[in-house]
Amino acid sequence: MREDAMVPEAEFRSYYGQPVIKAPVWHEPHMPVYLYLGGLSGAASVMAAMAGLTGRDRLALTARVTAAVGATAGAALLAAELGRPERFLNMLRVFKLTSPMSVGSWILAAHSGLTTIAAASAVAAALPSAAAKVVAVLPAASAPVRALPTAGDAATLAIAVTGPLMATYTAVLLADTAVPAWHEAHRELPFLFAGSALASAGAMGMLATPRVEAGPARAVAALGAVMETAAGAVMERRLGLVGEPYRLGRAGRLMRAARVLTAGGGLLATVAGRSRTLSAISGLALTAGSLCIRFGALEAGRLSAADPKYTVVPQRRRLEAGNPASVPERP
Amino acid sequence: MDIAPNRYGFFTDTSICIGCKACEVACKEWNDVPDDGFVFRATSYDNTGSLGANTWRHVAFIEQQRPVGQADGRGQVGGQDQGEGPAGGPGPDSIERWLMSSDVCKHCTHAACLDVCPTGALFRTEFGTVVVQEDICNGCGYCVPACPYGVIDRRERDGRAWKCTMCYDRQLGGLEPACAKACPTDSIQFGPLDELRLRAEERVERLHEEGRPEARLYGASPDDGVGGDGAFFLLLDEPEVYGLPPDPVVTTRDLPAMWRWAGGAAVSLVGAMAVSFLSERLVGRIAAHDRSLGRRR
Repeated sequence: MREDAMVPEAEFRSYYGQPVIKAPVWHEPHMPVYLYLGGLSGAASVMAAMAGLTGRDRLALTARVTAAVGATAGAALLAAELGRPERFLNMLRVFKLTSPMSVGSWILAAHSGLTTIAAASAVAAALPSAAAKVVAVLPAASAPVRALPTAGDAATLAIAVTGPLMATYTAVLLADTAVPAWHEAHRELPFLFAGSALASAGAMGMLATPRVEAGPARAVAALGAVMETAAGAVMERRLGLVGEPYRLGRAGRLMRAARVLTAGGGLLATVAGRSRTLSAISGLALTAGSLCIRFGALEAGRLSAADPKYTVVPQRRRLEAGNPASVPERP
Repeated sequence: MDIAPNRYGFFTDTSICIGCKACEVACKEWNDVPDDGFVFRATSYDNTGSLGANTWRHVAFIEQQRPVGQADGRGQVGGQDQGEGPAGGPGPDSIERWLMSSDVCKHCTHAACLDVCPTGALFRTEFGTVVVQEDICNGCGYCVPACPYGVIDRRERDGRAWKCTMCYDRQLGGLEPACAKACPTDSIQFGPLDELRLRAEERVERLHEEGRPEARLYGASPDDGVGGDGAFFLLLDEPEVYGLPPDPVVTTRDLPAMWRWAGGAAVSLVGAMAVSFLSERLVGRIAAHDRSLGRRR
């Protein structure tokens, strides 16, 4: 017994202790880093839109570039996970509502395209001489360069819609599996990931924007830290036995590290406006915390798939309570 | 649910399985499935272990001690056999029994692997079975943790997902699948699913009459969590003893709820962002108000 608060050892039978379900085959660090980047990019794009609307140009620039870099790097990692880049295109051959992976691929494709336009226009606006040079060298480029600011603003409004989807669909991606620690957590995981996305985007805003304009980024970071911490606490309490993997082994260490880094970084963010050092420490802690959450969640899923206890015991309890699973008739 | 007018399936009667593994071999030969490497598990005589990318039929061997006169399988058989094999020698009032069961893809009525496949590589055939098209699968691996039975798996060598096709090619040619053809005891039976279900119920009744009340069907009910299996089993103990989940659910059953919760989280994200931007403005305004008040005082 590791601690008294833990669920009592469940008695169950199994086939030589072998897993009942297959563990996720996704590779590390591709998948967890993709989850982090998706969240970062998603929340940063909402930040870009709001910063633009409230006239904070410097913060808007940071947010647009963060959103674009996050989305494209994420897409690259996903392609690497698939093995060959053209396999990502294969993802777009159908659109399937029953597959969060299919829906997510379309969200990612739209989001990364739009964030690239938004960032390109913001960068071009920040470097007017560079845009002029491009036009001088390539006269054919003059029309696109002139259209950039309008296209960029339109794209920024659009990514304010795709961003929140980008930041939360990954929770559905994990939850829509037979992995007990993910499936049973389908209520809290989206909030955990949304909070983590806010915290990481706020952190990036604090790290790459002058303190005077980073006020909202600090608030975003602090609120995100609160949401992430609350969702994590509710999740572990509600899950019971199935939540155990989030406390055990490497997954447990990562989740605990995430909690400390996020809570600490979030608290610091509220006072980080005073100094550049505090801003930097808070931003880095929140980034590390956000990464730890994704690695921890993935590892907990793997643990819960590897031990037949987490699959068999809840199902057995359901049967013994006379409440077997049923499927509602679908069209 | 009617998923095919002529739905074909497997009925695996484990009470007459002799564990010869002819089905495993026949499957490998017909489908040209690579070997799994030579791994000795040292748990039982079963060295295949489980279904996977390279094992589409798997014969499980379960070694049990059970008290004499206790025909009921529940609770009495095998004790807490969590990976123990035969626990010591057989006691004076216990007998040994071996359960053997040839496991296979269940070809669920509501198949999670098929639902979550993002490329459409998995499809439902005219025989009501679930098949992966190897030229379309791009190896995202999503079907692997989605399967509530742990059947489908990604082959590391080529990065694509593989599983039993119920010998789709043989069915197209009017032949029965290789495993059923090779089974020497007819433990594996292939045919129209409704017919198999009737035959299975008769078999369970006969076993009950013969004094084997532990016989039960698994995956035969169309009302279970996956809408019934296209490949179902007659078992002589609880499903988990054979490595099967006792009450599996198609993972996409809860998908609408999942999207709702994600939608709530997305809205909260936008809300938190709006609060962050507006609060500073509010705080700024209050501070300015205080300053002006201070000046007036």
